[in-house]
Amino acid sequence: MGMAIDVSVPGGMVLALLPELLLVGWMLVLLLAVAWRHKDEGDQQLAGQLALVGLVSTLLVVLWMWLRDAHAESLVGMIALDGFRYATSAIFLIGAILVVMLSLGYLGRESILTPEYYVLVLLATVGMLFMSSGADLIVIFLGLELMSVSIYVLAGIDRRSAFSAEAAVKYFLLGAFASGFFLYGVALLYGATGTTNLTQMHLQITSLGLETNLMLLCGIGLLLIGFGFKVAAVPFHMWAPDVYDGAPTPITAFMAAAVKAAAFAALIRVLLHALVASDVVWTEIVFWLSAITMIVGNLVALAQTQLKRMLAYSSIGHAGYILAAVASGSEEGAKAFVFYVLVYTLMTLGAFGVLAAIGRRGERDVRVDDLSGLGSRRPWMALAMTVFMLSLLGFPGTAGFIGKWLVLSSVVQADQVILAVLLVLASVVSAGYYLPVVMAMYMRPAAAEDSHSGAQLTGAARWVVGVAAVLLLLLGVWPNRAMDVAADGAEGLRPAPTRVFTD
Amino acid sequence: MPASVGWVWLVVVLPFAGFLANGLISFFWPKAKRAVSAIGVGVLVAAFAVAVSVVNGLSSDLHGAPYVLTYWSWMPVGELEIAVALQVDQLSAVMMMIVTGISALIHIFSVGYMRDDPGYPRYFSYLNLFVFFMLVLVLGANFPVMFVGWEGVGLCSYLLIGFWYLDKSNADAGKKAFIMNRIGDFGFLIAMFLIFQATGSLSFAEVFEGAPSTFTINGGTVTLITLALFLGCTGKSAQIPLFTWLPDAMAGPTPVSALIHAATMVTAGVYLIARANVLFAMAPISSVVVATVGVVTALFAATIALKQWDIKKVLAYSTVSQLGYMFLGVGVGAYAGGIFHLATHAFFKALLFLGSGSVIFALHRAYHHTGSHEDAQDMRNMGGLRQYMPWTATLMWIATLAIAGIPGFSGFFSKDGILAATFARGHDHPVFYFLWILGAAAALLTAFYMTRLMLYTFHGRNRSGKDEAKHLLEAPWVMTAPLLVLALGSIFAGVVNLPHVLPGAGWLEHLFEPVTELSHRYLPEIHLSVTTEWVLIGVATVIAVAGISAAAVTLKPESLKAAREAPEESGLQRVLLRKWYVDEIYDALFVRPTVWISRNVLWRFMDVGVIDGALVNGSAWSARAVGFIGSAVQTGRLAWYLLVFVIGTLVLLRAVM
Repeated sequence: MGMAIDVSVPGGMVLALLPELLLVGWMLVLLLAVAWRHKDEGDQQLAGQLALVGLVSTLLVVLWMWLRDAHAESLVGMIALDGFRYATSAIFLIGAILVVMLSLGYLGRESILTPEYYVLVLLATVGMLFMSSGADLIVIFLGLELMSVSIYVLAGIDRRSAFSAEAAVKYFLLGAFASGFFLYGVALLYGATGTTNLTQMHLQITSLGLETNLMLLCGIGLLLIGFGFKVAAVPFHMWAPDVYDGAPTPITAFMAAAVKAAAFAALIRVLLHALVASDVVWTEIVFWLSAITMIVGNLVALAQTQLKRMLAYSSIGHAGYILAAVASGSEEGAKAFVFYVLVYTLMTLGAFGVLAAIGRRGERDVRVDDLSGLGSRRPWMALAMTVFMLSLLGFPGTAGFIGKWLVLSSVVQADQVILAVLLVLASVVSAGYYLPVVMAMYMRPAAAEDSHSGAQLTGAARWVVGVAAVLLLLLGVWPNRAMDVAADGAEGLRPAPTRVFTD
Repeated sequence: MPASVGWVWLVVVLPFAGFLANGLISFFWPKAKRAVSAIGVGVLVAAFAVAVSVVNGLSSDLHGAPYVLTYWSWMPVGELEIAVALQVDQLSAVMMMIVTGISALIHIFSVGYMRDDPGYPRYFSYLNLFVFFMLVLVLGANFPVMFVGWEGVGLCSYLLIGFWYLDKSNADAGKKAFIMNRIGDFGFLIAMFLIFQATGSLSFAEVFEGAPSTFTINGGTVTLITLALFLGCTGKSAQIPLFTWLPDAMAGPTPVSALIHAATMVTAGVYLIARANVLFAMAPISSVVVATVGVVTALFAATIALKQWDIKKVLAYSTVSQLGYMFLGVGVGAYAGGIFHLATHAFFKALLFLGSGSVIFALHRAYHHTGSHEDAQDMRNMGGLRQYMPWTATLMWIATLAIAGIPGFSGFFSKDGILAATFARGHDHPVFYFLWILGAAAALLTAFYMTRLMLYTFHGRNRSGKDEAKHLLEAPWVMTAPLLVLALGSIFAGVVNLPHVLPGAGWLEHLFEPVTELSHRYLPEIHLSVTTEWVLIGVATVIAVAGISAAAVTLKPESLKAAREAPEESGLQRVLLRKWYVDEIYDALFVRPTVWISRNVLWRFMDVGVIDGALVNGSAWSARAVGFIGSAVQTGRLAWYLLVFVIGTLVLLRAVM
């Protein structure tokens, strides 16, 4: 029955936190390394490669724990040891690895010479790992802040760009504001139940009959606001377009994919594990958040002419789709989330990777029309971009379709037909901004003889884009294995109803 | 399950790998012809070898068949479970052998035929892809997988008909084939929906085994399903009313015509009916429709073939006609007989097409030398080619005797089997006697037009032109060797299903018994006395001999004029040459009204007016308007963002409380 870990002894605790500890340790080593060597591009490359080594080995540790089915001996603990943690951690790590690979060429080209960049990426990833492994609101909050603070800095890492600085300041101010709500929510939940531990919280709510306690409900509401900000759910999304737009493109991809995924992972664990007894209340709220987010994200994306901003709004729309899976309040929804977020990470990173290859100086100016003729000048790049766009659209044959279909089926199983209908309509609208990208690439001639001559996918970025595109197609026709893994990752997340009474 | 049956996936995957490899080569090294030939032919030969070992394994344990190999489930939706699965049984094994065997030969022939074509790698990658889809079609274990193959071969057929796409008429022919097939595919889809509705499954094993308990004999549902399936067959297998695309499809390279439009793809409809034999046996009305459409097509196409001048057009109409026979066979319940004719036809018709390919190749090369622009496919420009291409002439004569139905050759046994089965059904209902007469008449015409083709092409004096005649040569061995193999098949393939009066009779029929077992419950026992059988054999022989001698006596290849000097045809000749004006009638009845309605009602009014104007532009405009409001709200001012945040908070908290 797998590897049982006793977290009450120090050795067990170390084992339970092995991925986090490994990555923190490696991050410290990297910090020391860049303190000595930060002079030129070569040093920066070295830092990037070291970061990759750390991320990959952490990923291997996570997979090892997952394969050994490492689980806790006792029920109550600060750290979760379950499939959901391993699945989501693996996805964040994959996201971080792809981001580092994209950055290797990007930073040099944009002459951003700050090797600390990679240290911060590792630190943010550590925060994400804590968010998915935390079985206690305090741990989750620590992870959230660790991640957020690193990202604030990363957003503004290009110090010569006013937009980058603006993005960082906006994100920081609003983020601090949202963290306040989050913390207040935690405090109210503690006030209502007397604990911050997720398992105990569930036991308290059910045994004391706190399902509709006002303090608890307010706590849930404030918590949702805090998470809603991180995942950029409407109306707490106002920061997202500006920040995504201003940040360096690999960091935008990191924010749109991994940061969002981490917030969702923590949200799902809290809602499904601790607050499942009050699901009548929160499914209602998440329902509305999801509906508004899908509608606003997709409609506003229609009006964008700049590719980067369009992708920013598109990622808001996708947050709406994932929220729909959350609103189903079931393990089926969690399974859909795990699959979707993997697919979403791949397609988002791929699309931003292509954007980074096409653009210069922050890529803010790349308009959709600027892609005209890419199909004939850079056929492979255009093909990959087509795969990403179709997958984001949810076109059959791509993994995006399977992901969206899983979300839909979880929503329908939860009897939320209206949300399902909205999701489909929103996807139809999204064709209005994804397909013009494909159209521009293939059906319009290039503006000038030498357009796209600079569009070059170099080194590691080529692998990111290529592998992402191939995986999306592969998962589109052969999703079974990944679906099984996702189901495994979602299993046991929701506490079994009988457990309450045997206590 | 015998171990080697488990390797059947390799048969399917090999051609696909060839497609990928040749596709890559066509992009990056379009000049690497040697590699293309090695891969293109190699994968097919390997696939054939694996197929042989699969069949070998299958024959060691026939009782276990069908063997269904499920690889993965593509998408479980509610009760519907679509599995990617292959089925190996007697029927699919025979089809697999035909497809891989004939394909391998035609690939080899193509190495010679296409050697100077700039699109050489593209050609082989398409051809490999076609074989892949064809194998998916015949090996699929459920309707959806079969449909993937069904659509895939249609796609490849389209790509290969329009292979020389720079000529607009070729591209048009491809389009025509595609559209006609789409009409048929619609029937296939409807049938699938109905089957799923009625049985809750789409896998062959479940549908067919459950059929006796699900459907009632002669019931409405099963009749509708089988008619819809047959509509699919008329499209793919070029039967009335959807047959006009096949002659146009001759625009593609000749080996393509041999492989796709004679030996394999067009026979898919026959295979489908043989596969769904239980359903058709339970729907006698549909079966009579199948038989009638088949025999009428056979006769009708044969009349058109009488007067065509283009050598490939004659063969194309002949194919339509022979497919009609196969449908007659499966329509009267002789499922093994239909597949038997499919198999023998694959040999002799592929041989005829490849032979005509050699002729065209030779003539084309001759015209190329002299810079003449005469039509290399017009029989009036041939004549007397026997002396220049003795091998091709001899081998094509073998195929001609086979298709005409001379006793001893394979075509005689398969055609006679179908006609005898039709005659036997006359016991139940006299309408089958009538069908038999039509079939016999078509056989007479077949013998006549095939002899005509041979006389005009190979006999009499040469009409190619004086200068050209010097350049006429036999095709290279890489083209004649496959012909030789096919000729052996054309002669000897008949032994697998001899008539009942001969020793060792009906081997294929016995082999197929497990497949057709269920349908036997619904079909009347076929009894033919030994005397009747001998009489029928005698009649068939007389017909064949009569057709050939009539052509030999009445036609005068000596007095034929070359195409450039030939007079205009008139009267019935002209009607036949213009194919009974079917294309023109379709054009007037369907194409023009459709175009008119499309242009005036659908396009000008619905599309431009209602949909583009009101719906698309309207909704797009309003969506964009909302979007612009959304982005206008995005002022970039932090205070405003905070305000929205707080308002959202208040609303949300109000909702909680």
